[in-house]
Amino acid sequence: MTDKKWPETWQEVNPGCMVFRPGSSSEYHTGSWRAKRPVWDNTKCIKCGLCYIYCPEGCIAENAEGFFQANMDYCKGCGICANECWTGAIKMVNEEG
Amino acid sequence: MGKLVGMEVALAAAEAAALCRFEVAAVYPITPQSHVAEHLSDIVNDGRVDASFITVEGEHSALSAVIGASATGARVITATSSQGLLYMGEVMPIASGMRLPIVMIVANRAVSSPINIWNDHSDIMPMRDTGWITIFAENGQDAVDMVIQAYKIAENRDVMLPVIVTMDGFQLTHVVEPINIPDQEEVDRFLPPYNPYATLHPDRPISMGTLGMPEIFPEAQKAKDVALVNSIRVIKEVWDEWERLFGRKYEAVETYRTDDADVALLTMGSMGETAEVAVDELRRQDVKAGLVKIKLWRPFPFEDLKKALKGIRVLAVTDRAVSFGGPGGPVFSEVRSALYDEDVRPKIANFIIGLGGRDVQVGDFVTMVKRAAEGKLAEPYEFYGVRG
Ligand code: SF4
Ligand code: SF4
Repeated sequence: MTDKKWPETWQEVNPGCMVFRPGSSSEYHTGSWRAKRPVWDNTKCIKCGLCYIYCPEGCIAENAEGFFQANMDYCKGCGICANECWTGAIKMVNEEG
Repeated sequence: MGKLVGMEVALAAAEAAALCRFEVAAVYPITPQSHVAEHLSDIVNDGRVDASFITVEGEHSALSAVIGASATGARVITATSSQGLLYMGEVMPIASGMRLPIVMIVANRAVSSPINIWNDHSDIMPMRDTGWITIFAENGQDAVDMVIQAYKIAENRDVMLPVIVTMDGFQLTHVVEPINIPDQEEVDRFLPPYNPYATLHPDRPISMGTLGMPEIFPEAQKAKDVALVNSIRVIKEVWDEWERLFGRKYEAVETYRTDDADVALLTMGSMGETAEVAVDELRRQDVKAGLVKIKLWRPFPFEDLKKALKGIRVLAVTDRAVSFGGPGGPVFSEVRSALYDEDVRPKIANFIIGLGGRDVQVGDFVTMVKRAAEGKLAEPYEFYGVRG
């Protein structure tokens, strides 16, 4: 299980499905599951960072101005950030198309 | 070679693990395994092995702890019984799926309810499909030898699977038997230090216990099955080496007086010795009886069983567990299925015996053989000796 995304045959499966390439899970884009996306209204944001702490994907990062935004490759649309944000700065909106 | 000592079997099994220089033990005490837990803890406390004993809050944690320790490259031991084994059930297939060479001593005990602390095989049988190599000890010497052999089997690079050594609770664990305990030097020669295939270490990150998407999961399951099926070759090699070094022979299926036998009993675990006495008694009564003992339960020894049953006309399979609402006891199902494609195969009767510690005596086995030979069985399987 080195370079390919997954082994072609059962014979190629590493014992115990071990993965010897650190960080390879970042190649799995959980964002493809998303039905809703978080949208930030920075006028309401107090930069407390709770959304960043609570995001189960760890995909929220602080930008240069100290506001927060999600990496849409990994955001799976769970809505936890919107639920935890106490100022109501995050709204979940339906993905279109 | 070794030293013959009179020792309680549970303690002797723990001594065998110590001879293997285990490095981590995580055990939660439960009757009738508790003496194994206590003795492992004594061994660590007395500094007789360079090991940690993790006092966990339950069996799920016990197995989880040794999974983690094994993944870092430690040689590990755990042990349990009954409800404890069922409680471990959730992590059992993870240990085998991660291909970790964990060794576990199981002191077989009935599962509730009603609550019963005595021996049968209703704890081990539900673990049949969890991917562990499973070996049944018949006596104290088996228990000691099999624990040492288990590490050699489990750690073989062609195997890399966890191993259960089962011994009947009380009937084995709590009896004092004369047992040859091998010398440390002999065990060191037989069992080199564990050289893991891969380990978890912060400096060399790898992933174990990964997610398997539908695109890979069936291939992973087949790879695990093939590893388990093929492990029988290594198991036999280890047993051959054991016989050369220690002079004691082990076989996946053992037979007793089956050469010219017409009717045979089939047992697993400690009742084999009582059944041998019954076979001798039947021979005195001119019944051509023999005995077949399955020592290796997983991987199932299909070819060895077929060879052992050559010429047997009637086979009385004993089960010490119930497959409720199923075709008969679990051993019976397996044996009957193993013989399905054979042109010549014995008639098979199934007696469910010894549940929850119910005594099974020589005369009971004699009766079972005679009843099976006469073909007088009311049901596809019979709860032998049950009142009503
Ligand atoms: S939780 Fe809300 S207020 Fe706090 S940083 Fe995130 S968006 Fe801003
Ligand atoms: S919706 Fe869920 S995954 Fe996406 S940024 Fe918010 S907390 Fe993270």
